[in-house]
Amino acid sequence: MSFQIIEQAPKYDVCIVGSGAGGGMAAKILADKGFKIALVEAGPNFDPANPEQRTQLRWPWESPRRGAGTMRPFGDFDMAYGGWEIDGEPYTRAQGTEFDWFRSRMLGGRTNHWGRISLRFGPLDFKRKDFDGKGDNWPIGYDDVKPYYDKVDKLIGVFGTRENIPNEPDGYFLPPPKPRLHELYFQKGTSKIGIPMIPSRLSILTKRVNKKRAACFYCNQCARSCSVYGDFSSSSVLVNPAMETGNVDLFTNAMVREVITDGNGKATGVHYINKEDLKDYRINAKVVILAASACSSARILLNSKSAVHPNGLANSSNVVGKYLHDSTGSSRMAFMPSLMDRKRYNEDGVGGMHLYTPWWLNDNKNLGFTRGYHIEYWGGMGMPAYGFGFNMENLNGMVPGIDGQTKKAGGYGVELMKDVKRFYGSLVGMAGRGESIPQEENRCEIDKEKVDKYGIPVLKFHYKWTEEEVKQAAHMQDTFEEIIGNMGGVALGTKPGKDSSYGLENPGRIIHEVGTTRMGSDPKKSVLNKYNQAHDVPNLFVMDGGSFVSQADKNPTWTILALAWRASDYLADEMKKGNI
Amino acid sequence: MDRRESLRTLLIGGAGTSLLLSCKLDEGTDVSELTDIKEKTFDYGRTPEEEARDEALLEQDFYTDEEMKTIIVLSDIIMPGEGSAKPASEVGVPEFIEFITKDIPSHQTPMRGGLRWLKNESYKRYEKDFIDLSQEEQIAIIEDIAYPNDVKPEFTQGAQFFSRIRNLVTTGYFTSKEGIEYLGYKGNSPNVWDGVPEEVLQKHGLKYDDKILAQSIKPEERNDIEDWANYQI
Repeated sequence: MSFQIIEQAPKYDVCIVGSGAGGGMAAKILADKGFKIALVEAGPNFDPANPEQRTQLRWPWESPRRGAGTMRPFGDFDMAYGGWEIDGEPYTRAQGTEFDWFRSRMLGGRTNHWGRISLRFGPLDFKRKDFDGKGDNWPIGYDDVKPYYDKVDKLIGVFGTRENIPNEPDGYFLPPPKPRLHELYFQKGTSKIGIPMIPSRLSILTKRVNKKRAACFYCNQCARSCSVYGDFSSSSVLVNPAMETGNVDLFTNAMVREVITDGNGKATGVHYINKEDLKDYRINAKVVILAASACSSARILLNSKSAVHPNGLANSSNVVGKYLHDSTGSSRMAFMPSLMDRKRYNEDGVGGMHLYTPWWLNDNKNLGFTRGYHIEYWGGMGMPAYGFGFNMENLNGMVPGIDGQTKKAGGYGVELMKDVKRFYGSLVGMAGRGESIPQEENRCEIDKEKVDKYGIPVLKFHYKWTEEEVKQAAHMQDTFEEIIGNMGGVALGTKPGKDSSYGLENPGRIIHEVGTTRMGSDPKKSVLNKYNQAHDVPNLFVMDGGSFVSQADKNPTWTILALAWRASDYLADEMKKGNI
Repeated sequence: MDRRESLRTLLIGGAGTSLLLSCKLDEGTDVSELTDIKEKTFDYGRTPEEEARDEALLEQDFYTDEEMKTIIVLSDIIMPGEGSAKPASEVGVPEFIEFITKDIPSHQTPMRGGLRWLKNESYKRYEKDFIDLSQEEQIAIIEDIAYPNDVKPEFTQGAQFFSRIRNLVTTGYFTSKEGIEYLGYKGNSPNVWDGVPEEVLQKHGLKYDDKILAQSIKPEERNDIEDWANYQI
C-alpha cells in the first residue's frame, strides 16, 4: 500500500480546525474581512433547517425508543451527533481518575444542542487569584473583553435584564420571557432566604436581531437546534453567513491529525484524514487556527511533533494539555404538592429556564471553599419522552388521593393512569454549576499505547476533584434543601452525602472543559499570549476554550465567542501589518 | 411475515388470521412487504448510522410469542384505558416494549426472567400459564407484586419485575399520541408565550410584579428588529 498525502490545491490565508463557537466566529470575522479560509470539520455538514436532519417539533412516538438516550446521550431528538463515547474514537483515563469527554461531530459542533446560557465573565472572574490567592489571574481583564461581549450580544442576540450586579455584567439584552409557574414558586422560596433569582440570559431571540433569523416561537427545543435560527448555533448563525461571503471552503468529515510545520517551526497547514475515502490530505495555509474544542486542540498540538517541536507544537512550556478543568455540577429533585392537578396550558416557553440564580456570596470568605456557583432550575408540564412516568411508586404513596385516602405506593390500572395525570407538572429540580480551581495535574496527554481508527494517538485523561469542589457541592446540596423547604416542596431521594461527594458529577460531565492551552504573559508558563496566539508559533492560534486560565461559574460559550472575535481582529491586523 | 406484522397478529388474535391478511392482495395490503423496497418505519432525522441500527433492531425478535402475549395482557392491566382513552395494547405499548428491550440490553434479563417468574407463580397457584388465568386470578397475583413498599418476602422479585414493566408500560403509554392526548400536554407547536394564565396565577396566589411586567417581551414586538440606539449599559 502506498502512502500519499494529497495536497489541496489552493493555499489559503487561514485554515480553521473546528466549526463550533470559536471556529465559527473566526470564520465569520475573517471571511467578512476578505481572507480566504479553509474551514475543517470532523463531522458531517449540518443545517437545522434541513428537513432530513430536523428533530424540532417531532413527537416522542416518531422514535421507536420514544426519545431514549441510547443513540444520543441526551435523547433521540437532541442535536449532537456524537456523545461520551464515539465508535472508533476512544480515549483513556489514568487509573484512579475520572474524566468523561463529550464530543459532537457535526458542523457547529456542540453549539447545536447547548443550553444557550450566555453569561459574561465578570471583572472578578478574570482576576480570582487577586481575590482568593488561588489559581492564576488571566493576562487580560474584563475591560479587554467587554467591547467584544457587546459586539457578540448585538450580532447573535441574548435576552436578559440589566441588574447592575457587580460580577454579573449587564449586556445588550433582548427582553426576557415571563417566568413560568414553577419558576415563580422557586422565586418565592429563594427570596425568603436571600438568594437572588433573576431572568436568565440565553442566546434565544425573543426579538429579532436581523432579517435572516426569525424570532423564537417557544417550543422549548433549543437542544434540537432551531430550524428558523431563533437561537444561537454556530452552524446557522456564524458559518452560514461566513459561507455566503464566498471566502470559505468547507471541508466536512475531515479528521485533523496534526498541524504541519516547516523547518523553522512555522505552521504551514494541516494534515487530515477524509472519513469518507479514508485518504490523507493536506491543506496549506498562512495561518492555522485550532478551534476543535479544548481537548481536541491539545491533542492535535501534542500529536504535531517535529524535530523543531519534539514535545508537540507550541509546547516549549510543557503546559499543553495541563490545567484541564470543567465546571462542577450537583443537583436535586423535588415534588411540589401545590403543583398537582394542574390546569393544562402550553408552558413550553424558550429552551431552558426563564429565571436563574447568579452566585450571590462573592463577599463571603468563610464558606470553607473559595469559588462560587450559579443555580439552574427546571420543572413544568413538558413534553413526555422515554422515562416519563417512571417510578410512580416513589410519588403516589406520598399524598392523599382525590378521595382523601393515602394509598399504597405503586399500583396499576385506571388509578395509576389518573395518578400520572395528577402528578404531571409537579416535579421540579435544580442544579448547581460551579467554578473549580484549575490544577496543573489535571490534564490530558497522549496515550502511549492507543490510537483511534484513523491511526491517530488518543488522549489519556488524569483528573481528580480537590476538596474545594467537594465542599462547594456540599454547599449546593444544603442550599437546594433550603430552597425546597421554603417553596413548599418535598425533596426527593436521599440527600447526597460525603460518600458520593455530595452528588458532585464526574469531571467532564458538565461539558465546560477548558484550560488545556491556557493564555498567559510568561511563555514558560503558558501556551498562548493574550490574543490566543501561540507563544512559540506566531502563525498558530487556538480559539476554543483551551485558552481559558480559569472557567468562572459561568458557561464558557459567550467568552469563547468574544475571545475568538478579539483574536480574529488581532490576527487580521497582524497580517495586514505583515507581522504574520 | 416480519416482527411488526406478527405483533399485529398477536393483537388481532391468532396466526391464522394474519396469514390471511398478509396473503390477500387488496387495497389495504402494504405492498412494501411484498417487495425488497422498504419504506422507512420511522423517519425522524437520523444519521445513516443511526438509521441502520434502528432498522437492524426492528428486524430482530427478542420475545417469544408466548412472552409477547403476556406483555400484552400486563400492558392492559397496567394501563387499561379510561373513558375514551384506549388501553395500552391499542396504542403501541407492546411494540415499544419489544423495541426498547432490544435497544437497552439491561432490560433483557430482568424482563425475560420476570415473565418467567410470573409464569412459575401462576403454575404454582393455579396450574396454568398467566395468560390462561381468569381475570380475577391474574389480579390476585398482580395485587401481591404491585406495591413494592408493602410486599411479602416471597414476592419481592416479582415486585421488582412489576415495577420495571410498570415503568415501561407507563412511559410507552404516555409517549404515544393517544397517551399524550389523555395527559393533556398542550405544547410542541409554534406559539407565543406570554406568561402564566391569569386564573392560574390567582389560584396559586402568585402574580407578576411590575418589574417583570415592564421588562418582559411584549408579544406584539417579537417580530421587530431590536434597535440599540437608546440602550445604555
